[in-house]
Amino acid sequence: MSSAGQPPGTLLSVEDLRVEFATPDGIVHAVDGISYSVAPGGSLGVVGESGSGKTVSALTLIGLTQTQGATVSGRIMFDGRDLLAASNAELRAVRGNDIAMIFQDPLSSLHPQFRVGAQLIEAMQVHRDIKRQAARDRAIDLLSLVGIPDPRGRVDQFPHEFSGGMRQRAMIAMALANEPKLLIADEPTTALDVTVQAQILALLERLRRELGMAIIMITHDLGVVAQIADHIAVMYAGRIVEAADARRLFSAPQHPYTWGLLRSIPTLEGPRGIELVPIPGRPPSLIRRPTGCHFHPRCAYALPDHKTIDPRLVDAGAPGHVVACLLDADQRAAAWAALRAGQSADEATAAAGIADATIAPTEVAG
Amino acid sequence: MTAYIIRRILWGLLLLVLVVAVTFLVFYLLPAANPAILRAGRNANPQIIATITKELGLDRPIYTQFWIYVKNIVLHLNFGFSYYYNVPVGSLLLNRLPATISLTVGAAVLWIVIGIPIGIVSAIKRRTWLDRMAMGTALVFVSAPVFWLGLIALLLAAQTIGVFHVFPGIGSYVGLTVNPLKWLESLLLPWMVLSATQCAIYARLVRGSLLQVMGEDYIRTARAKGLTERRVVLKHGMRSAVGPLVTVLGLDIAALLGGAILTESVFDIPGIGRLQLDAIGHSDIPIIQGTVLVASIFIIIANILVDIAYAYLDPRVRFE
Repeated sequence: MSSAGQPPGTLLSVEDLRVEFATPDGIVHAVDGISYSVAPGGSLGVVGESGSGKTVSALTLIGLTQTQGATVSGRIMFDGRDLLAASNAELRAVRGNDIAMIFQDPLSSLHPQFRVGAQLIEAMQVHRDIKRQAARDRAIDLLSLVGIPDPRGRVDQFPHEFSGGMRQRAMIAMALANEPKLLIADEPTTALDVTVQAQILALLERLRRELGMAIIMITHDLGVVAQIADHIAVMYAGRIVEAADARRLFSAPQHPYTWGLLRSIPTLEGPRGIELVPIPGRPPSLIRRPTGCHFHPRCAYALPDHKTIDPRLVDAGAPGHVVACLLDADQRAAAWAALRAGQSADEATAAAGIADATIAPTEVAG
Repeated sequence: MTAYIIRRILWGLLLLVLVVAVTFLVFYLLPAANPAILRAGRNANPQIIATITKELGLDRPIYTQFWIYVKNIVLHLNFGFSYYYNVPVGSLLLNRLPATISLTVGAAVLWIVIGIPIGIVSAIKRRTWLDRMAMGTALVFVSAPVFWLGLIALLLAAQTIGVFHVFPGIGSYVGLTVNPLKWLESLLLPWMVLSATQCAIYARLVRGSLLQVMGEDYIRTARAKGLTERRVVLKHGMRSAVGPLVTVLGLDIAALLGGAILTESVFDIPGIGRLQLDAIGHSDIPIIQGTVLVASIFIIIANILVDIAYAYLDPRVRFE
């Protein structure tokens, strides 16, 4: 298989992906021209609020939005193949085989009326010619690999007999059944207790290292991606507004939305007494999006012309770091320095020298 | 599970006693048609009526009558004696049961085999012309009363009165053991009529149930595994969608076994329903009680079977 049209050393590259749904209320621009790439064995974190297009973009990778009536354009190159040009049968051969996916709620994502083992065996038998007994043995091995105690006894149980963390482990085991090159994890820890969350993340990280499998981690929680992702893309209203190496994104974030995400999670390392600050307002409608910068109604740093100018991703001063923000680099640096020192958004706008010019967020959360 | 079933059966028996008691009370409190007078015939005089009343035990207090009735059933499987036909109710019920079972089972097979696939196709092809046509037709059949549909069918296709002489007409029923071919022939039209409405109901039920299931997360998982859509729908979807179906199916079959009064009347099939209707006309209380009892037994058995089926279909259901 040739990898024509795909940069060497990448497993997946997405270019200008757009996904739209026609609804009675209008066209939903769920994903609006996003591009990213993932190296073999690499990990990408996709972060954003609900409705920012994270899940839709992931489902589109394996062809599951197209069948639900979405209009898709752009290019998805995976392992030398263009998945958007692939037929249904070709996509089906990729799903659960080369690209596997796990979901947010492991209880509702496993079929309640089939035994866990049967669901794993089915995952194998779809894609390979394997005898039931051999598949069953492998199912037991997989359950053991993901850290389920007594896999021999567990393989014949039903999902409701598993605890939440065990269910997600079973989902992961099912995803691993065909040794995928890429695992898409869609909010895999959101429905779990914090201690279990950490275990699942550690498991995913271990599997990535041991199996050389790439991971796309979709989450609204920057804390989660910090543990697992090499590279992070922040999505807002169907677009990537900032992307960078994980380290760089946490040390020098450039987009006010990323600042908002960072300031809304507690840290142990930072100075004590820093207040957690929610991002005011709600994610915008994807049918009638705000003009100009889509984030301007919620942005404390928006200037009058940000209502009309639509920002594009530009270089943000480090390799692989891009941002779609209309402030200039000095203003962003000054504002983030102020925020990082524990100052408020008002003080940060003053530091950036735009205090008198900003337009107040039109909607502020109470 | 076993303990649960035994408990359910015991409750069922208690329920049967209650049903019998209530039917008893209803006919005691509504003495509009005194069976003794009916039985005395045209030249009745008070003396004859008094004799008959004594013969039938109607002069005794209701609890004594009730006690005798229940005792006879439990000890001798004796359901009493028909006032009108002068034969034991038990043997009448046994005579009429095969026709009702034939009618019900045949119709049930038909509506399952036709209704469920229509429902599945409608759900998959939702909002297409196929779905709209199927659901439109279903609405017509759901709304059409069986007795009207039966008469129309007879007028169209009966050999006796129909425009097209295709099927045997009214009163052509022949027992399965007497002549299997004629049995089949005579029941084709009643089966179609009885199952038409049911087909429509089941198609709508399957469609609704499947549409709901297809929105579940585990269906997305099944698709993400790379299963064909056919397998996603038929295995993963239907496995969950059959639940509500089993409940309705159990109760529908039980209700019809208790007497498909309308269909049996229109086609003059000598089943339980016909027996019941005639008995009501004759104020033949022992028969009415017998048929009510039989219907109750069917319903109670069906309920228990449905519960067992549920536990089998859904591992999350456990009985304490």
